[in-house]
Amino acid sequence: MLEIRNLHASIEAKEILRGIDLKVNVGEVHAIMGPNGSGKSTLANVLAGRPEYQVTAGEVIYEGKDLLAMAPEIRAREGVFLAFQYPVELPGVNNTTFLRAALNEAHKHRNQPEVSAGAFLAMLKKKIQLVEMPDTLLNRAVNEGFSGGEKKRNEILQMAVLEPRLAILDETDSGLDIDALRIVAGGVNKLRSKDNAIIVVTHYQRLLNYIVPDFVHVLYNGKIVKSGDKELALELEERGYDWAKDEEVAAR
Amino acid sequence: MNNSDLTVEKFANEQYKYGFVTDIETDKLPKGLNEDVIRLISEKKNEPAWMTEWRLKAYRHWLTMKEPHWSNVKYDPIDYQDIVYYAAPKKKPKLNNLDEADPELVKAFEKLGIPIEEQKRLAGVAVDAVFDSVSVATTFKEKLSELGIVFCSMSEALQHHPDLVKKYLGTVVPYTDNFFASLNSAVFSDGSFAYVPKGVRCPMELSTYFRINASETGQFERTLIVAEEGAYVSYLEGCTAPIRDTNQLHAAVVELVALDNAEIKYSTVQNWYPGDKDGKGGIYNFVTKRGACRGVNSKISWTQVETGSAITWKYPSCLLQGDNSVGEFYSVAMTNNMQQADTGTKMIHIGKNTRSTIISKGISAGRSNNSYRGQVRITRKADNARNYSQCDSLLIGDKCGAHTFPYLETNNPTAQVEHEATTSKIGADQIFYLNQRGISTEDAVRLIVNGYCKEVFKQLPMEFAVEATRLLSMSLEGSVG
Repeated sequence: MLEIRNLHASIEAKEILRGIDLKVNVGEVHAIMGPNGSGKSTLANVLAGRPEYQVTAGEVIYEGKDLLAMAPEIRAREGVFLAFQYPVELPGVNNTTFLRAALNEAHKHRNQPEVSAGAFLAMLKKKIQLVEMPDTLLNRAVNEGFSGGEKKRNEILQMAVLEPRLAILDETDSGLDIDALRIVAGGVNKLRSKDNAIIVVTHYQRLLNYIVPDFVHVLYNGKIVKSGDKELALELEERGYDWAKDEEVAAR
Repeated sequence: MNNSDLTVEKFANEQYKYGFVTDIETDKLPKGLNEDVIRLISEKKNEPAWMTEWRLKAYRHWLTMKEPHWSNVKYDPIDYQDIVYYAAPKKKPKLNNLDEADPELVKAFEKLGIPIEEQKRLAGVAVDAVFDSVSVATTFKEKLSELGIVFCSMSEALQHHPDLVKKYLGTVVPYTDNFFASLNSAVFSDGSFAYVPKGVRCPMELSTYFRINASETGQFERTLIVAEEGAYVSYLEGCTAPIRDTNQLHAAVVELVALDNAEIKYSTVQNWYPGDKDGKGGIYNFVTKRGACRGVNSKISWTQVETGSAITWKYPSCLLQGDNSVGEFYSVAMTNNMQQADTGTKMIHIGKNTRSTIISKGISAGRSNNSYRGQVRITRKADNARNYSQCDSLLIGDKCGAHTFPYLETNNPTAQVEHEATTSKIGADQIFYLNQRGISTEDAVRLIVNGYCKEVFKQLPMEFAVEATRLLSMSLEGSVG
């Protein structure tokens, strides 16, 4: 589904990603772990097409297409979803209106009929139960005045509505208390299926207790220095990132 | 010699006497302004003598005044002798169908979602009798007159209701008020007059659309709306369709009078031609709009959506004279390209327990300049006056400007005044967030701007709000790179 080959990317002329190779198949969950500044969030944002980042080398093939050639909104309509580390507030923009507009853009792109307001509301009523969100948040402006936990739940609600083929969760666990973490992770697990793939970007192992990955990759200094299964995350937790770093140095 | 011959002769003599050559086909006076021109305007409109005198007094006062330059706008000097002050309503060339209309105009209509029949009317296409706005207007007029409501052009009002006009005209905006208001008082061409008698709630929105001759409002428009005790009226001014006019200077005056327990809601959508990308050829819109809450518990509410004109200079204001009276001002002013807007309001608290609310939303794009200028004055006797002002500015791009000039004058210690102001930009992170959800950049800007204007749009009557939303989207086109 997704193949990243030798991906290099920089921001303001500073190179962050220095040759990433990664293959993700449909139905898989991959965790990307690493210390602060290793390039985890950059990878997530480059895949989503954030314009501040420049790709300087490499390629990304998504469903047989050149992902990097697509505008961010086309990537989204093609089924790439980024759950933001810091969801943005949109004052005055109604959450429901926004969600329906987003879904209908994807439908138009796939030549599917648009969803009527009535049908959409009925669907939304079911989806909010996935993230245990009160429906009052649906009538508020997008993320405006939401607590940290509410914002993250709203991200997963959007994921539930848009049903992406490839979801990238960027530090979705940051700033969440244990109850909120359980709810958010529970929502993600219910959305996990053999027809989609998920990349979980996280600093801490604790999220992976809830969203159990098939593969774990350690990102260090813009490169994947180690890959393994879920046991690798536990080992990292125990031995720290320095251990992975040393392995990289040893491999040079 | 019969009567009409006399008139003709008198006319002919006068024209000769004053050295005028009147082009009969266009019925236009030559350029320039003097007392004779004013007399002639008044005469052509068959006005009562007091009206002529009033115009002359205004003119004489105007001569003593200087054009003001305190606003934050720039323009080349206006030559007031180079303006034609009277032209009879021009007949637009009748078209057979929309295909003959300016394709740019039709494109704009489609974007605004204006119904086909309305498009035809605006473009000047001959319309079926059933849809003819004149016949619609007649039906509405009959319904209104049953309730004692007068709604007609100012010229008609001066013919049929001169006493009502005399009683209220100039009582809110006197002819000495300001340079442009004085000029308007001297030479105003036409405008709307609405009168709602005691205890009557006007059952429909009064719209210029239903007024005969509304399509040619002229450059010096004069509007007067009176709501007697306990009356209610909602008035819609303007049109979302782009309005082009060969006259550059527009100086309108609007006066509202609300007596005890009366309420007037005045909504405007202004979309005068803003000029080309460099601002050439746009309209200068210098307007004086003021409402007097004369009675106890009266209320006047201004809502405006301003997207047009090269220069907009206007401050719809409220004189809160009656105890417990309420003044409101809700405004969206959008400028793009080289447009300049200096707009805001004045809330003058005179009565006790008077309240006012100001919600102003400025949007600047392109190389435009957008200023909010607002005055809140609490006079000495206005016990327990309250004001809440919120002035927000939104910048799109980095070549535009937003300015806020709040003036506050409190002469009574019991006053409670709150002012909040914010300036924000549409953030790249907001655009990316929406992009990431499949929404294009243009739609993203539209969503964000509409969200920003929501508080004002919800004050507009439903249909108008929908049009205003579309209008804003259209004005935003090309403002995001």
